[in-house]
Amino acid sequence: MEQFLILIILICIGYIGGTIAEMRHYRSIIAREKEFLKLPTVTIHRILEKDAEIKSVKMVQGSAVISVDYFKRILAALINFFGGEVKSYESLLDRARREATLRMKEKALNADIILNTRIETSTIGRNANRRNSIGSIEAIAYGTSIIYRN
Amino acid sequence: MILTNIESVPGKNIVEHFGVVSGSTVRAKHVGRDIMASLKNIVGGELKGYTELLQDSRKQAIERMIGQAKQLGANAIVNVRFATSSVAQGASELYVYGTAVRAN
Repeated sequence: MEQFLILIILICIGYIGGTIAEMRHYRSIIAREKEFLKLPTVTIHRILEKDAEIKSVKMVQGSAVISVDYFKRILAALINFFGGEVKSYESLLDRARREATLRMKEKALNADIILNTRIETSTIGRNANRRNSIGSIEAIAYGTSIIYRN
Repeated sequence: MILTNIESVPGKNIVEHFGVVSGSTVRAKHVGRDIMASLKNIVGGELKGYTELLQDSRKQAIERMIGQAKQLGANAIVNVRFATSSVAQGASELYVYGTAVRAN
């Protein structure tokens, strides 16, 4: 009985805390994404303006480790039983990738373009080698930032 | 040392190839961080300790790669790639590799 109660409390804390944290995180992501709208981040390898003179070239990278809350983990385990779309993990991955991309852009000060952006995801943490559990994931974004001479 | 993850160094010509250079680190996190992380796991969100740890290790791997390239006499590394793999519970390997070249 006591264990059951602890589980319920953990789920409640996870649900409330997790929802608030996610909302706050999304708000900050959207606000920062607006700031960086002028910096194009592309996956092509070449610069399309042929006459552009290049001042400096630098590789930039950013990463973020995000973990999912307790409520969502249990929800995902339930969905795993019946099959179907696991929405709770979708937002986790989305948050991690967008945060990593934003950190990469923050490092590319004054850059005009970021070429060949790559985003990779890996599972880390205690549950990394266990199957059927995501827990926390790391997203890393990297690319080549270019500053034009003008 | 110029690093890029595209096949060339924009604005410069590659005159010499030196082959693949790489650097790697295997890092484990300490218990304090692990406990903090498992507490944070209840509410979810960013695990700052892990982010910093991985960033530090990645920096070290890059430094090792750059060291290798310097020994060969290169001044740039092109087509840099990152790879992460977890080798054991609680430890992960960060691997970075690229092609050392001379560009001018």
